[in-house]
Amino acid sequence: MSNVQIITGNQAAALAAKLCSVEVVAAYPITPQSQLSEILSSYVESGELKAEYVRVEGEHSALTVCISASTVGARVFTATSANGLLYMHEQLHWAAGSRLPIVMCCVNRGVGAPWTIFNDQQDSLAQRDTGWIQLYCRNNQEIIDTVIQAYRIAESVYCPVMVCYDGFVLSHTMMPVDIPDAAGVRAFLPPYQPHTILSPDDPRNLNPVLFPGQRRDSEGVLRDGYMDMRYKLQAALEKASETIRAVNAAFAEAFGRDHGGMLWEYRTDDADLILAGMGSIASEATVAADRLREEGIKAGVVGIRSYRPFPKADVRNAFRNAKGIAIFEKSISYGYEGGLCSDLKAAFYGTAIKAPIHNYIAGLGGRDVKARELAAAAKNSLAGFEKGMVEPQTTWLNTTTG
Amino acid sequence: MPENLFKLNAKEYILPGTRACQGCGLSLGYRYALKALRENTIVTLPACCLCVLHGIYPSTPVMIPCLNNSFASTAASAAGIVAGLQALNKTDTTVMAVAGDGGTFDMGIQALSGAAERGTDFIYLCYDNEGYMNTGTQRSSATPMGAVTTTTPILTKQQHKKDFIKIMDAHDLPYLATVSPSYPIDLYEKFVKAKKIKGTRYIHMYVPCPPGWGFATKDTIKTGKLAVETGVVVLFEIENGKFRFTGRSKTLAERGNRLPVINYLEKQGRFRKMNIEQLNQQQAWVDGKWQEYIRRAEA
Ligand SMILES: Cc1ncc(C[n+]2csc(CCOP(=O)(O)OP(=O)(O)O)c2C)c(N)n1
Ligand code: SF4
Ligand SMILES: [Mg+2]
Repeated sequence: MSNVQIITGNQAAALAAKLCSVEVVAAYPITPQSQLSEILSSYVESGELKAEYVRVEGEHSALTVCISASTVGARVFTATSANGLLYMHEQLHWAAGSRLPIVMCCVNRGVGAPWTIFNDQQDSLAQRDTGWIQLYCRNNQEIIDTVIQAYRIAESVYCPVMVCYDGFVLSHTMMPVDIPDAAGVRAFLPPYQPHTILSPDDPRNLNPVLFPGQRRDSEGVLRDGYMDMRYKLQAALEKASETIRAVNAAFAEAFGRDHGGMLWEYRTDDADLILAGMGSIASEATVAADRLREEGIKAGVVGIRSYRPFPKADVRNAFRNAKGIAIFEKSISYGYEGGLCSDLKAAFYGTAIKAPIHNYIAGLGGRDVKARELAAAAKNSLAGFEKGMVEPQTTWLNTTTG
Repeated sequence: MPENLFKLNAKEYILPGTRACQGCGLSLGYRYALKALRENTIVTLPACCLCVLHGIYPSTPVMIPCLNNSFASTAASAAGIVAGLQALNKTDTTVMAVAGDGGTFDMGIQALSGAAERGTDFIYLCYDNEGYMNTGTQRSSATPMGAVTTTTPILTKQQHKKDFIKIMDAHDLPYLATVSPSYPIDLYEKFVKAKKIKGTRYIHMYVPCPPGWGFATKDTIKTGKLAVETGVVVLFEIENGKFRFTGRSKTLAERGNRLPVINYLEKQGRFRKMNIEQLNQQQAWVDGKWQEYIRRAEA
């Protein structure tokens, strides 16, 4: 039996946290996340959600509270955007380094200076190398479902998960969402089992200073040095790909919705031209692909769901027959190109995929980008490819450049 | 109430062989603090000398569970532990955040003020060695005027120490106290008392630091005592707003026989470049603070 409600992305995320019975919430308001922390406050104050809500004085503390509460064995939740996420940066590393299954929503927003409250994905992309799993959502249904999946993933691999969704475009836009039933979620998500509990029953010194080399403990057992622990984090993230696929499959089985494991594909089977992106812009690209097909161009879309771990094998498979690729990104690695573009090129290296790639930077700071503009851009790329253009310059869409 | 050291909890929570320096005031004070709090305690701490005292992985000399966290995060880390324990119904554990003066007066102030304002149920222990010792004796806002540090190497520190206790007092805490490892019974009693109180309890511990301050390792206790005798350090507690001198400071307040600050300053290498004007300013500053306390005690 479905329970469809028309809700915003922030409501979907809050409902998901409630369905997952989070035990500690710590959050600090920032547009466009604020509504999410407000809804959670009312859940906790009304008693709908039995959790401790720590109304911290800043995002560094928000994530710190989650880190410490998770260490003593509680399931935790936080959410932020833009400068709030940047303010957490030190603790993002701390959370991943401590191997804690924290789940956080990043309601994607451009970062200052100058200020913008509107959407792009520079905030989360800039946190790429912090050791967090990053999952991107294309609509509000995916937000609620992905947060639920995120806890199961995080608690299986002991890595934190950032569930990213576009500010305003999703966070403040109402869409029909099928709300999973509480009993179903309980069955899908077993209780959190910490890998180590900080407790007087078993005193330990967690996250201490390490030497570069391995050392023996008092029983003579050789223990990890710093670098060995770093390797384990990397291995866990690499292994997480399997877990993400498996959890997506288990979710599809339980709730009847498959959002793709590491990525999703749209009309790619016979596609010559593939549009790619993450989050709502990839969703919009599906409308562009439909338009292109109406014009006789065989277009399809690949939406990257898991940016870290990066779906290397999956993209090699998804793009294997592409004759041209247009990548639309809401962030930029200044001084080079879009991060997704670089990663895709690197994944294709040494394979038979030799399709030309055109990178578009689009929608920064909420700059409007319409499906027909994506279609026109992709069509333009295709025309260039057909003329033999192999390595086009990155194009800033709808922007005065030069 | 223990009238002598033999009446204190005999159990040791810090085994021999810590990585603190010889003569470290912190190791002495911390030892008595843990004895008072006993085993059902969780400690959280940032980068600082105490982090080093807690040992290098995979061994630790401390038998109390400890969560290391980043430099700015100590009080928030405690708030997370408290919230987590609360959510799991494990509310009988004492949570103590411990940080140095740098991690408290400077970088940790935001998280501490936030946690105190929220009334987080924990003890915050600031051990004050008046500088960033772990990183090599740089100036902090707790460094007294006239001290040479590695970032005030020629001109000495030009500003007075930040009156951080006043800042914490402005949070209207249920309990605030100052302690010194040179007076272990006073220290112990205050931790025993703090353990029983709910809400945010702030304890300020002055810890003489031989390498950072420039005195012989055998003189730690003596240096701590001189600090109290001269009124540079004042032992007191504020319980629900009620101020009370304790221990040796109480006697000094009653008798009015404080020693001049020079007796304390001249014994430490860090004050070697202090000029007479700074000395007079330091004396006036200490006198002023002392008068504030006297008025507070009389009120
Ligand atoms: C964000 C950040 N900045 C700087 C440091 C370097 N650092 C480590 S300990 C420390 C000083 C600690 O001073 P204090 O808190 O007084 O403790 P002490 O070392 O004196 O015991 C500094 C600056 C750090 N760990 N983190
Ligand atoms: S530097 Fe000072 S405070 Fe730090 S361990 Fe050495 S004596 Fe103790
Ligand atoms: Mg210090």
